[in-house]
Amino acid sequence: MSQENTERLGIVTSGSLNKGVEARLDGSASVEDIAVGRYVTIEGKKRRFFGMITDISLGVIDQKLTVTPPDVSDPFIAEVLAGTSTYGTLHISPYLTIGGDATSLTEGPQPVKTIPSHFSPVNSASQQDVELVFGKEDEKRFWIGNPLDMETRLCLDMERLVERSSGVFGKSGTGKTFFTRQLLIGMLQKSKAVNLIFDMHSEYGWEGSSEQGLKVKALKQLFPAKVAVFTLDEESSKRRGVLTDFIVRIGYDEIEPADMALLRQTLNLTEPAIGAVYQFRERFGKNWLEKATNPGNSDETRDLLKELNIHESTFQNLQRGLAIIKRLPFIEPHAPADAVTHILDHLNRGTNVVLEFGKCNDITAYALVANLLTRRIYARYREKTEKAMAENSTGPQPLVITIEEAHKFLNPEVASQTIFGTIAREMRKYNATLLIIDQRPSGIDDEVMSQVGTKATFLLDNERDIDSVLSGVSGKSELKSVLAKLASKQQALIFGHAVPMPVAFQPREYGSAESYKDLIPNGGTEAVKQAEQDIEELWG
Amino acid sequence: MSETQRVGEVIEASSTDFTAQCYELYDSPSLGSLVKTRDADVELYGVVYQAATTSLEPGRRPIARGKDEASEEAVYQSNPQLLKLLKSEFGTLVVGHRQGDKLNHYLPPQPARIHGFVYLCSPEEVREFSLSFAFLNILVNAHLPISTEELTSATLRQMSQVHQDRRSFLVAAGKELALLIGGNLNQLKAILGRIQT
Repeated sequence: MSQENTERLGIVTSGSLNKGVEARLDGSASVEDIAVGRYVTIEGKKRRFFGMITDISLGVIDQKLTVTPPDVSDPFIAEVLAGTSTYGTLHISPYLTIGGDATSLTEGPQPVKTIPSHFSPVNSASQQDVELVFGKEDEKRFWIGNPLDMETRLCLDMERLVERSSGVFGKSGTGKTFFTRQLLIGMLQKSKAVNLIFDMHSEYGWEGSSEQGLKVKALKQLFPAKVAVFTLDEESSKRRGVLTDFIVRIGYDEIEPADMALLRQTLNLTEPAIGAVYQFRERFGKNWLEKATNPGNSDETRDLLKELNIHESTFQNLQRGLAIIKRLPFIEPHAPADAVTHILDHLNRGTNVVLEFGKCNDITAYALVANLLTRRIYARYREKTEKAMAENSTGPQPLVITIEEAHKFLNPEVASQTIFGTIAREMRKYNATLLIIDQRPSGIDDEVMSQVGTKATFLLDNERDIDSVLSGVSGKSELKSVLAKLASKQQALIFGHAVPMPVAFQPREYGSAESYKDLIPNGGTEAVKQAEQDIEELWG
Repeated sequence: MSETQRVGEVIEASSTDFTAQCYELYDSPSLGSLVKTRDADVELYGVVYQAATTSLEPGRRPIARGKDEASEEAVYQSNPQLLKLLKSEFGTLVVGHRQGDKLNHYLPPQPARIHGFVYLCSPEEVREFSLSFAFLNILVNAHLPISTEELTSATLRQMSQVHQDRRSFLVAAGKELALLIGGNLNQLKAILGRIQT
């Protein structure tokens, strides 16, 4: 195997499969040049191991040195002691083995089941090693960034990514949105899945802005033929010059009691009020909301409440909540067109749908619309898949539903009631998965979190958030130290189903004219021309 | 001066060391020099750990003679017999041997022969011998009248003179010592302090 560009770091001195191996750093390698999250290869006698540095420590051969430190101002003494009496230790978590047995040769790197023997040399991983593990950019793999301190292109198998739900986590301002845009472009280009994006802050469909205030293009501008922008707020979209494809309106009759249950906290409804909603639905069918807000004159109301056994105060509580919903600008007594059918039409044609919320971006509107639309899309998808199963044909196109502020839908109190909880748990069978974007992962139900296949996480500093993201991952404490040391911007750790091993990386550049050119496959599309024009304008 | 300078003759020998007498008074090699002697087809290498000048007869001590002389040289000029009544000797610790083409950094099977000629090693030989630091183990473990720190540092100082990159030679030797006597920090510090450039 090629040994180019590798630098010897040290030798393995101890370790266990559970806790990872310890390597003693050579005198020639400086502790200060090593960073956690860096990749190393360990040359065992029979196979090569591929691992990540998860901790770095200092050691001394004699404790006296710590009590009476030698005079290191003398460079001679310092040089003699480095690597002999004083040395650096690396803690390495081995993840994969390369070569060695028949399966490895045919199926590529395998998960580790053993550790390298004593004194195996440890080298920093070369570009080829990383390519061997993560694969090269091809029709399935999308270049998402570079491993930290490396030039190699880190590629993600998009087909694998969409097989399971995935999550992008991180504090506000760490680069979640930029990275998500790239993931969405990757899915659009390299997987068969279509995306439905509930775009709370209107930044995925049309242009958004970076923290420096520069305009950043989004999906519709780059791939006009493959993306449709739906909007809830026509005026806002028009003001921003967005080419919208459809204006979404929701009729009273489309709101179901389950939607109200989800909004219980945001609307400040009591448990009995939710019970009352179900009773109204049972009594009046689809027109329940109309009836519940206008039950008639006071006598009729009293009779109705008596009949349904609903307390006066509960009813008032419910009415207050419903009034908030009715005030939402996109809610109408009767929707002019069925949004779900339109969305599904686009999705079936392989067009990705971005639903912009414009100014209706408060959590009530977002949760209501996302839940309501998704529930019905889910029902249709389920139907189609079951039909396809019966007919032995291929099911509908895989669907990825992207939601932001996921902890509002998937917190332990409502996860069991919302459709997103169901999708996260079992919708994979019906060809639909979630892409969750959230800054507070600890708010998400554990059961849902454990079903998220691939997780990309930017810097998190709340202990509970970190625990929640890393729950159920082997080598959690090691990854924790890597995660805690990420830069506050544009550095992330990705692990789970779609990657053979965890990797800390820097997402590829996004936002410059050059980056758009890279993202768009060759061909004379408008976007390429636009990008070229931008470059010309930029450089004159 | 010839490439390999003859400095004396073995007068006492054991497996671990030998003593040689100089042909000329006060002409013993410097402390820490690498010298060699031959026993049949085996060449023994040793490090000078001690040099002494004493009276030929053990019971007869020299007496002070310079009271009326103007200089120290004048003492010897006025008493030419002194050069015949005194002798210079040096003790050598055996640190390796060459058998055929192979240079070994451990003790030879046989001690040196009495009356074997002792030569000072040439710079090339010193360089070849010091390519490996295995001899340091013998030096730091020897029980000699001289302290280990002094002998080891003197030897390394001597050897470093034949190396073009003196500093890197001493650093490499220092690292070897740090591993050998890592448990004895004071000793290590003392040696390092004595070999600094």
